[in-house]
Amino acid sequence: MTEPKIQIRDLYLRYSDGKEALKGISLDIQPNLITVAFGPSGGGKSSLVKVLNRLIDLSDVDEMRGEVRMGDLNILGKDTDVVELRRRIGVVFSRPIPLPLTIFENVSFGLEVAGMRDKKKLSERVEQALREAVLWDEIYDRLDDPAASISGGQQQRLCLARVLALKPEVILLDEPTSALDPVSTAKIEEFLETAKQDYTILLVPHNQQQAARMADQAAFFLQGELVEYTDGESMFINPRDNRTQEYVQGRFG
Amino acid sequence: MKRSEKIITNSVKIAGSSSILFILLIFVFLVREGLPALSEVSLKDLFSVRWYPIEDLFGLLPLISGSLVVTFTSILIALPLGIGTAIYIGEIAPKNVKEILKPTVEIMAGIPSVVLGFIGIQALSPFLREFFNLPTGLTALSGSILLAMIAIPSIVSIAEDALYAVPNSYRDASYALGATQWQTIWGVVLPAARNGLLTAVMLGIGRSLGETMAVMMVTGNAATTFSGLKSVIMPVRTMTATIASEMGEVASGSVHYHVLFFIGIILFIFSLIINISSSTVQGKSKQERGQVIS
Amino acid sequence: MRRYPEPKESRFGITRQQSQKIGFSFIRLISLITVLPILGIIVYIIVKGGSHISWEFLTSMPSDGMRAGGILPAIVGTFYLMAGTALFSIPLGIAAGIYLSEYAQDSYWTRFIRVAIISLGGVPSVVYGLFGLGLFVLFCNFGISILSASLTLSIMTLPVIISTTEEALRSVPYRFRVVGVSLGGTQWQTITRVILPQALPGILTGIILGLERAVGETAPILFTGATFYLPHLPSSPLDATMALPYHIYVISTQVPGMSSGVQYGTVLVLMVFVLGMNLIASLIRSRARAKRQW
Repeated sequence: MTEPKIQIRDLYLRYSDGKEALKGISLDIQPNLITVAFGPSGGGKSSLVKVLNRLIDLSDVDEMRGEVRMGDLNILGKDTDVVELRRRIGVVFSRPIPLPLTIFENVSFGLEVAGMRDKKKLSERVEQALREAVLWDEIYDRLDDPAASISGGQQQRLCLARVLALKPEVILLDEPTSALDPVSTAKIEEFLETAKQDYTILLVPHNQQQAARMADQAAFFLQGELVEYTDGESMFINPRDNRTQEYVQGRFG
Repeated sequence: MKRSEKIITNSVKIAGSSSILFILLIFVFLVREGLPALSEVSLKDLFSVRWYPIEDLFGLLPLISGSLVVTFTSILIALPLGIGTAIYIGEIAPKNVKEILKPTVEIMAGIPSVVLGFIGIQALSPFLREFFNLPTGLTALSGSILLAMIAIPSIVSIAEDALYAVPNSYRDASYALGATQWQTIWGVVLPAARNGLLTAVMLGIGRSLGETMAVMMVTGNAATTFSGLKSVIMPVRTMTATIASEMGEVASGSVHYHVLFFIGIILFIFSLIINISSSTVQGKSKQERGQVIS
Repeated sequence: MRRYPEPKESRFGITRQQSQKIGFSFIRLISLITVLPILGIIVYIIVKGGSHISWEFLTSMPSDGMRAGGILPAIVGTFYLMAGTALFSIPLGIAAGIYLSEYAQDSYWTRFIRVAIISLGGVPSVVYGLFGLGLFVLFCNFGISILSASLTLSIMTLPVIISTTEEALRSVPYRFRVVGVSLGGTQWQTITRVILPQALPGILTGIILGLERAVGETAPILFTGATFYLPHLPSSPLDATMALPYHIYVISTQVPGMSSGVQYGTVLVLMVFVLGMNLIASLIRSRARAKRQW
């Protein structure tokens, strides 16, 4: 049994407006797999994503307690270097948000703020990342064009590439294909299937079909509780908990 | 890496707080040089009606009266013109007219007051002298007209914003009930923009009260007190003009010097009151709008 | 509840459509009255002053007690004052704007800062002059100089730059900050690499408009830096200087036998200065709108 990549224990999160987003969840995210966190909206999935790379710091939070560790690193620690953390755990959002810069600059952004200045190295890493995100062939001749000039599906792969450029250990994706057409969606899913060899992936799916397609491990969230956590097949064919079953069968949504 | 970020954050914080430092400095230095006037001139004398420094007469009433008369009259002119223009630009004007009108008002805002004063001397005062058959064209009215031209751009721009902020749903609802655009403007839009319009007026008053050069050049600088409607077409002297014209000839540390600073304190406090209350009004309007929609 | 008359029904003998027509015409008239004087003034100045403008006028020293010759020292002085004002107010103003937009939490201190900024913006220009006199000229012992005048003008310009900077930064969508930070950038890195560049046109516009006002102001420099007669160009920041607005004031009120050509010519130069800046600001604004990437 390999050691979990990320260990979450009794994670509790309450926003300033009183909403309890996570009510004491415990979860082990295994390395080199796609873990899918699914469930009806309001379940706490997006909040979980924000906690993992400390983007939760930007929100108005009343209370956050519990333990979240990646190896030696205490993710929730007050003294933790969140800047460094965010390079190790990258995130792709549900809408493509290209920075108002060129395509090249979007991908090199993370590297440049980390201090990399060597133009040659930057170019290499940018190309590498774009190839990995299966975007290079489409835009290699337009690297200096504004990122806003490419299509939505390409932009999302660009957002992926700029995360990959940092060579993270974990990639979080919060409904990454919700704004995309089926072709672009397929490209991203394709990427995820191959990428899991090198990364640990947490995916909040856009719909249940995507969840079923992609999940190696699946976690069902309902109103801030982790109801069930098991492997992909069992979850969608034969879930143990009643509530999971009702959701999976479409009785509520 | 973290330390340099901390230094930057702190520097920015200090920069942000600098305005507090400056407003306090202004207050401190005005008081430093102006408060002695209270001990050098009795309160009764300060509020008498003779301003004649050469003979040690420091009555402020004519100056205050002069400022109030000129300001009040200028608002009488500027208010309808400013709000009317704002209504036109905001609600009625077709796009191509708007594109000429708005920049023109902006240009109006940029005209230095000394230039307006100059034009006042060259063209406005002689005209008023002829028109009203006066001994001199340097009157309160001349000042008011110029002040109106200075205040109007501010009034227009704030009023315009206030009208723009009224949600279209209000207008649509009014039209749906069968009202004409004119009725909608007067019955719905203007009342809804009430707070913003009030802010516009208050800021217009503030600008007029604080204006120096234009009034100095055309109001005749005679320290007389308001004595009925006729005073409007007679020379007056404002607080601002007094400071500007007499400061240059005053010995530092003299009573006259202190009294001029004291006038400055009065102006400072006036402007503070106007500005802070107008921004409170503006804040209220944002609150109100939120509540109405929910 | 009020009942609006039916369209064909009339009140006072006129229909609602007719009263709207009258109302609209009235409003149009008001806008015309508001705007025509400015256009008239500009045309008038161009006509009466244009003929006096020549290369010599702009580049030579005055003679015959300012009645003839050129206005070079006034032009140069205005430039120096503008540069000095820019030097002090731009870095501080932008930093403060960044603080308010990106760092400040809603707290009593922040509200205090905002009140201070509003207050600074409302202080009458002549009171700034007094303040400059008290603090810079006398207390700091800089004397009547470009330095004193620039510092005074800077504090006066600060509120404009701070407000426009804050507004420009706020208009950049929040999501860029989230992305920048999620890629391992610090707050400052995200601001300087992504947000600030996008806000630059707005900030620039604010700076230009702020400086435009500083260039046209007379009262703040009256007792802090301006002088009428300067035999040579200022050679250090501690020199007093001539400046266009002050020059216009003196030659229109205190020099007997002044040729109107010189007067109008000088006024025209200042107008070109000021309106030129206005134009540049507008161009920046419209170009930025076209180039926006979100």
